[in-house]
Amino acid sequence: MLTLTVNGVDHEVDAPPDMPLLWVLRDLIGLKGTKYGCGIAQCGACTVLLGGTAQRSCVLPVSAVVGQAITTIEGADSAPARAVRDAWQELAVPQCGYCQSGQILAATDLLTRNASPSDAEIADHMTGNICRCCTYARIKRAVRRAADNLA
Amino acid sequence: MANRLQNLSRRRFLAAGLAGGAGLTLGLTLPAVAKMGEAGPGLAGRDAAASALSPNAFVRIGSDDRVTVVAKHLEMGQGSHTGLATLLADELDARWSQVEVVAAPADVERYNNLLWGPSQGTGGSTAIANAFEQMRRAGAAARAMLVAAAAARWQVAADTLTVRDGVVSDPASGRRASFGELAEAAAALPVPDDVTLKKPGQFRLIGHDVPRKDIAAKTDGSALFTQDVERPGMLVAVVAHPPRFGAKLRGFDDSAARRVPGVHGAVQIPSGVAVLAAHTWAALKGRDALSVDWDDSAAMQTGSAELFADYAQRLERSGAVARNDGDADTALAGSDAVLSTDYRFPFLAHAAMEPMNCVIERHADGSVELWYGAQIQTIDHAVVAEVLGVEPGQVRINTLFAGGSFGRRANPASDYVREAAEILKATAGNAPIKLVWSREDDTRAGWYRPAYMHRIEAVLGDDGMPRAWRNRIVGQSIVAGTAFEGALVKDGVDVTSVEGAANLPYAIPNLRVELHTTDLAVPIQWWRAVGSTHTAFATETFVDRLARAAGADPVDYRRRLLKDHPRHLGVLDLAVAQSRWGQPLAEGRARGVAVHESFNSFVAMVAEVTVNADNRFSVDRVDVAVDCGIAVNPDIVRAQMEGGLGFGLCAVLGSAITIDNGAAVEANFDTYRVLRAAQMPDVRVHIVLSAAAPTGVGEPATPVIGPAVANALSSLTGKVYAQLPIRAA
Ligand code: FES
Ligand code: FES
Repeated sequence: MLTLTVNGVDHEVDAPPDMPLLWVLRDLIGLKGTKYGCGIAQCGACTVLLGGTAQRSCVLPVSAVVGQAITTIEGADSAPARAVRDAWQELAVPQCGYCQSGQILAATDLLTRNASPSDAEIADHMTGNICRCCTYARIKRAVRRAADNLA
Repeated sequence: MANRLQNLSRRRFLAAGLAGGAGLTLGLTLPAVAKMGEAGPGLAGRDAAASALSPNAFVRIGSDDRVTVVAKHLEMGQGSHTGLATLLADELDARWSQVEVVAAPADVERYNNLLWGPSQGTGGSTAIANAFEQMRRAGAAARAMLVAAAAARWQVAADTLTVRDGVVSDPASGRRASFGELAEAAAALPVPDDVTLKKPGQFRLIGHDVPRKDIAAKTDGSALFTQDVERPGMLVAVVAHPPRFGAKLRGFDDSAARRVPGVHGAVQIPSGVAVLAAHTWAALKGRDALSVDWDDSAAMQTGSAELFADYAQRLERSGAVARNDGDADTALAGSDAVLSTDYRFPFLAHAAMEPMNCVIERHADGSVELWYGAQIQTIDHAVVAEVLGVEPGQVRINTLFAGGSFGRRANPASDYVREAAEILKATAGNAPIKLVWSREDDTRAGWYRPAYMHRIEAVLGDDGMPRAWRNRIVGQSIVAGTAFEGALVKDGVDVTSVEGAANLPYAIPNLRVELHTTDLAVPIQWWRAVGSTHTAFATETFVDRLARAAGADPVDYRRRLLKDHPRHLGVLDLAVAQSRWGQPLAEGRARGVAVHESFNSFVAMVAEVTVNADNRFSVDRVDVAVDCGIAVNPDIVRAQMEGGLGFGLCAVLGSAITIDNGAAVEANFDTYRVLRAAQMPDVRVHIVLSAAAPTGVGEPATPVIGPAVANALSSLTGKVYAQLPIRAA
């Protein structure tokens, strides 16, 4: 049994140590907001915050995150996370929505560490997260909007 | 899917189904498709209880003042739920905030696509176009009943009452009643046969940027996708598929797989070996531990290199005629100044963000229920009934949000749905099954946009304008062997192979379009914008080449060739005007233009590109003009232009599936390259104001970006770009 702290709540899970955090969150704990897109750290659909920093949960063995504060989309309510979510809603960023948990947490990570990123820094940071609906134009605008609203 | 479908009568479509291949029994099974219960299985239980007024299949109004719109089309990101609800709510004069949307059950009697005949499905950018009147009539009928109920209650004439924002008012007395207060009384009144619809000037929601209904759930992690469905006792299934197209299973050993904790076992199914486990990770590990012996004797042995060599040979010979104006052959044969380009387009995977998946369960009474992003419910429905040997009326489909599709979930053979049904059949028990495909499964399964080659040859007249044009196309037929074949193959020509080329709008006196249809083991399918994904690139870059040969401005050249096509001209002029066309740019930058009609919508783009010293290039800005008739939700139109051109840009900048020795080389996003945020241009969308009936917006942007970018590159480098993707300028 491992104890994981997700969104401030402790969960006892019976998982092999090499099981990726993604599948533990989704299939054992039942938090479905974190998505599977590639399984090889290419798309960012599985992004979670680990102690506030964005990580790819599909390649993160669960044994490596015991004792760390894990935040998923369901629990993301820091000031930057709220600003990002508000901007996402105002600009109607999502289309299919499947990538957007990851996009929102990636943007939250950026704004947590850099409150006033340049457009180039936004594009560069968000380029790790694939959106097959190609909502990138709005993603970039929404990160800018969230940064402006936080300022 | 092809826009030609909309010209089919109901009778013709049914005949097409009957004439379809053995795999599809659309025509045979349709008469037996049962009508679902009034509430339908896709509707929440709350709905049936709280609905006081349900005058038709599309709207329920509760005593709690909630208006529930039943959306017959899949929501896969394109905004269909919001669009359909907008149509209905406008005629109902509902308050947008009181409107919610639920997915319709699979029920071909009530929820067929009116442009497809007796088939429920989403595609060909038809959702809003086919439902434009239907949804509005449904809303207007409910409104009339609410008004009649208020008139009876207040003892006044109905035509003295007004309705606004979900409230019926009597201006004379100042009395007011909400929809919720009137719903029960309205339900007792007859449903009107005839209703008067608003004139475009009277719309309050249509044409306005009302917020999408699915945004909140898609920003807090609560939106439910197939991948998220849990059923009591459910097992996750992951399937080992043959690596090579056409291979078969000889045998397998699952003893190591069974030792993986959480794995329940493995079963043989027609498409491979399914490993069943308590959760996804165990199923994936179990599959890794399988030892499978594939029989490659009937497998494809060749690849893309051999295919293109063969296609190049076919380009030398004339093919089936898709269009023949004048005599292009003679004009070309008699000229020593023929301009010619051979184009080459690779296979493309849809690579929807959510890989294919499907949840299926057998209930104690023998009925079967499914949950997934269903896109052609009617075909899937028949296939599941056939595989499991149940009556169609015992199969219920719940349509969930799809994490993208781009055509993929509208599989003409119901491939992944059939696989889920086969797994359920092969397992003795009644455990619900969630079939999960990994990214690699999804990318390597086939069902690609086919590979094509084109040859376009032309001669110019003394005035520099094209006198003759011949376009030969080689590729697989998407509709052959499907229920769509009878309707969409005419005189040996699959219209989806030549759409965009055979209806070339340019005034050219001698114009010939020919098609060679090939047959390969690689399964292929429609991919966002279908035939136009290649025809627009070939024709629009070639027209630019002719303009350069004639020493003409590519915009002026097109204008002269489009005199009789006002809607092409309208978008061309708008995009050009907004793009600062003709104004000087910095060194290494250039603009390119393209215009194309698909799915009855017209799109023009001007793309600005920069070529760097090392021949790498970026697309910096795109001005898009679109004429889609009435823009029901302009912000969704803008979003579809942005996303649609981004999707097209993937194929320009990096995406390609290469077949080698019968198998796809690319398997995941490390090798199947897609557009990323840093590559996305600044997009400005300009919508032509129109009072015409709405046409599609999901697909028409996708084919136009490629030629606009290639034309910009050519004007800088002087090179011809005849292969996608374009890796260097
Ligand atoms: S699923 Fe983890 S990066 Fe794609
Ligand atoms: S919104 Fe569909 S993948 Fe991003």
